[in-house]
Amino acid sequence: MEYTRKELMPGVFLTHLRSDKFKTACMSVNLLTQLQRETAAMNALIPQVLRRGTARYGDMEQLSRRMDELYGTAIEPTIRRIGEIQCLGFFASFPEEEYLPSGEKLLSEAAALMAELLLAPNTRGGLLLPDYVESEKEKLLDLIRSRVNEKRGYALSRCIEEMCCFEDFSVSRFGTEDEAENIHYKKLTKHYRKLLQSSPVELFYCGKSEYKQVQSVLKDAFAAMPRGEIDYDIGTDVRMNAVEDRVRYVEEEMDVTQGKLVMGFRMGECMDEPDIPAIYVFNAIYGSGANSKLFMNVREKLSLCYYASSLVLIKKGLMLVSSGIEFDKFDEAKNEIFAQLEAVKNGEFSPEELETAKRSVSSELRSAMDSQGELEGFWLSQALEGLEYGPMELAELVEDVTRDDVMAIARSIEPDLIYFLKGLEEEETDDADN
Amino acid sequence: MQIIDYPQIGEKLYSAVLPNGLEIRVVPKKDFATYYAAFATNYGGAHRRFSVDGRELDTPAGVAHFLEHKMFDMPNGDNALTVLTENGADPNAFTSSGMTCYYFQCTDKFEENLRMLLHFVSTPWFTEETVKKEQGIIGQEIRMGEDNPGIAIYYNLLELLYEHHPIRDRVAGTVESISEITAQTLYDCHKVFYAPSNMVLCVEGDVEPEDIVRIASEELSEELAPVPKANFGEAESLLPVSNLRRVQMEVSAPQFLIGAKLPSSRGGVESMRERITATLALRMLCGSSSTFYTRLYAEGLLNPSFDYEVDLSADTVTVILGGESKNPDKVLEEFNKEVKRIVAEGFDPGLFMRSKRASHGARLRGLEDFENVCVSLASGVFEGYCALDSFDILEAVELEDCRLFVQNNLSPERLAMSVIEPRK
Repeated sequence: MEYTRKELMPGVFLTHLRSDKFKTACMSVNLLTQLQRETAAMNALIPQVLRRGTARYGDMEQLSRRMDELYGTAIEPTIRRIGEIQCLGFFASFPEEEYLPSGEKLLSEAAALMAELLLAPNTRGGLLLPDYVESEKEKLLDLIRSRVNEKRGYALSRCIEEMCCFEDFSVSRFGTEDEAENIHYKKLTKHYRKLLQSSPVELFYCGKSEYKQVQSVLKDAFAAMPRGEIDYDIGTDVRMNAVEDRVRYVEEEMDVTQGKLVMGFRMGECMDEPDIPAIYVFNAIYGSGANSKLFMNVREKLSLCYYASSLVLIKKGLMLVSSGIEFDKFDEAKNEIFAQLEAVKNGEFSPEELETAKRSVSSELRSAMDSQGELEGFWLSQALEGLEYGPMELAELVEDVTRDDVMAIARSIEPDLIYFLKGLEEEETDDADN
Repeated sequence: MQIIDYPQIGEKLYSAVLPNGLEIRVVPKKDFATYYAAFATNYGGAHRRFSVDGRELDTPAGVAHFLEHKMFDMPNGDNALTVLTENGADPNAFTSSGMTCYYFQCTDKFEENLRMLLHFVSTPWFTEETVKKEQGIIGQEIRMGEDNPGIAIYYNLLELLYEHHPIRDRVAGTVESISEITAQTLYDCHKVFYAPSNMVLCVEGDVEPEDIVRIASEELSEELAPVPKANFGEAESLLPVSNLRRVQMEVSAPQFLIGAKLPSSRGGVESMRERITATLALRMLCGSSSTFYTRLYAEGLLNPSFDYEVDLSADTVTVILGGESKNPDKVLEEFNKEVKRIVAEGFDPGLFMRSKRASHGARLRGLEDFENVCVSLASGVFEGYCALDSFDILEAVELEDCRLFVQNNLSPERLAMSVIEPRK
């Protein structure tokens, strides 16, 4: 796979991966902006509103009709939070010409449509249509409220919210309910125009077309992109230590049959100059995957739960351990999760565990080369930090991780907040049969 | 080996049947680092009653899924999940109503991993003690499902649609039904359903197809065992048992699923054609570019969670569509109106042409996903068709077929709706 990266226009960068092995090509555009409570909901709303209609294809039916014509070219809004950077835009995927009965080349049509979605919305008097804004606002509010439907994800996001209550990271990629409710179409249009002018922009392409062709197609498509002073001053504030000396505890009651325990940790001083491969390997040993200490002990050995796993949010320097347990197993599960972290700190893992973890991390990285979606995410994340090494290079670095590297990561980690979602306190009721 | 070339989609499919009855499908992929292998049995949550060798057997709900969990235990005390993971693979398994599938993905040591997969799935090892322990773990999984609105709404719909077909039963069973499972139940069901004659092996990756045949022959028993026959009970009427069920759960907004049961699957390429026709008709009727969806979306009655599918499982064919809506009753009303209109007017030919194109593109995208390819090939083998033929079959679907599908299957009395509302 050939990698090329260049600045096409002021603040507009193209990452190009040439590959012959896929049936479809993919392309994305992302505006990068600082995640903040005040603007997050507006940012999240923008691609959704833009997806409602463009100057040429005024509503969703016409847009979808156009995409169907282009052999199911899919151009969908994306909204991501990578560290404390919010990335909003579109992800497009379309068939390579040789697999189409007509042999049609879709690159320029797909690029033109993606650019039109971003740059030329359906407007009246220069303003986004109030109807579209209101309707998407309702959907965004539904989406924000719907996080409660899936309890495991809900508990994770609640833990982050509480743990990072003094940081922008407490805001989800969709923003908050209060801010979303206050969005007005005029304000949103103004914000949209400002973002177009000032955001750094990341373009991504992966497919059969050569760099030269892709850059010329994209330059044409995005020629109308307004560019003012670019706001490069965006980034993630990594807090090294727990907020209080004592581990904070938050619990919440809901009508559920299974408890959800989430333990939030700070990665600590290792985030000074993060050894990314070592952090990945640590996480694999401790809590991700079927051979990790959490899975083997909390689930398999002690049958305390159905799942127990750790998740590292590397850009923000957080680790979250999440587990589904019976309500009365809280202490037992919590103690075991701490005990297993202690074990990694003390180097209580076999050479086989280390090797297994390294193999699984490197295999995951290498298989990312076979998925355009993974590649897009990987390279966007790299672009945010100005890093130019690919998944294969990272996989090689994983080979060099030592036992001491892993222990150093474990020792650097400290617990910050424990969140527990439990059932409603049972009321004393008489059994009807008695 | 038999080789079928699909030049229009750039794939070649290699097929073989071993003397022990195992079906093998291989899709070689040059330039990919990933290998994927799926070893599946034609045995799922719905296969509770069956006959084999003239014996009739009836088993508790949840055995297939329980077996899936316990298959990873090996006689030497190892766990196959651990062994495969140590070897750099990413293994897992799933049980649906119609099949149990064990699979792994890896980028290295493919042959060793494949041998391990074939070995552990064909080597039963259960003790009363390990069964008891697993009852605790699966009990947790079942409890977790109880809080999951997606699972509740789905099974409520199946219970509305089906009177007695075991597809109504939760694949994982209930805490009570799994308490009846013993080591002997597991041995019996393994012997019946995990014989190579009832299984399929699908592989995708940079491999030599002949190697796969050789490895499978070396790892598996040579015996050709009788194939069990599932008993799903009397054929069901096409009408739902009941049309509506509402329950309240901890959700933020009402969720709904509308369903219809179709005549039971005839198997073979015909069932695939029916499914592709139905899916194309649904795309035109309520897909993302349909008038129905875009209008209700704009009116705030539907959102992107709305989706539709035609599910083929354990001889049943079920149409399911739904998502989140503040007013499911209104959605159903509008859906009925749209069905009526299509039955009267038929689909627009322009829409038909565009929808075929879109469906072709979506199927191409599906080919990028090794898991999707291998699992579709496996279910195709159980149903008697080849999943890669879908492109040609799609091309041959006619406009009138789609209208007829709507007319014959989606009238109001055929539909049931399952709703989950927020607690008041």
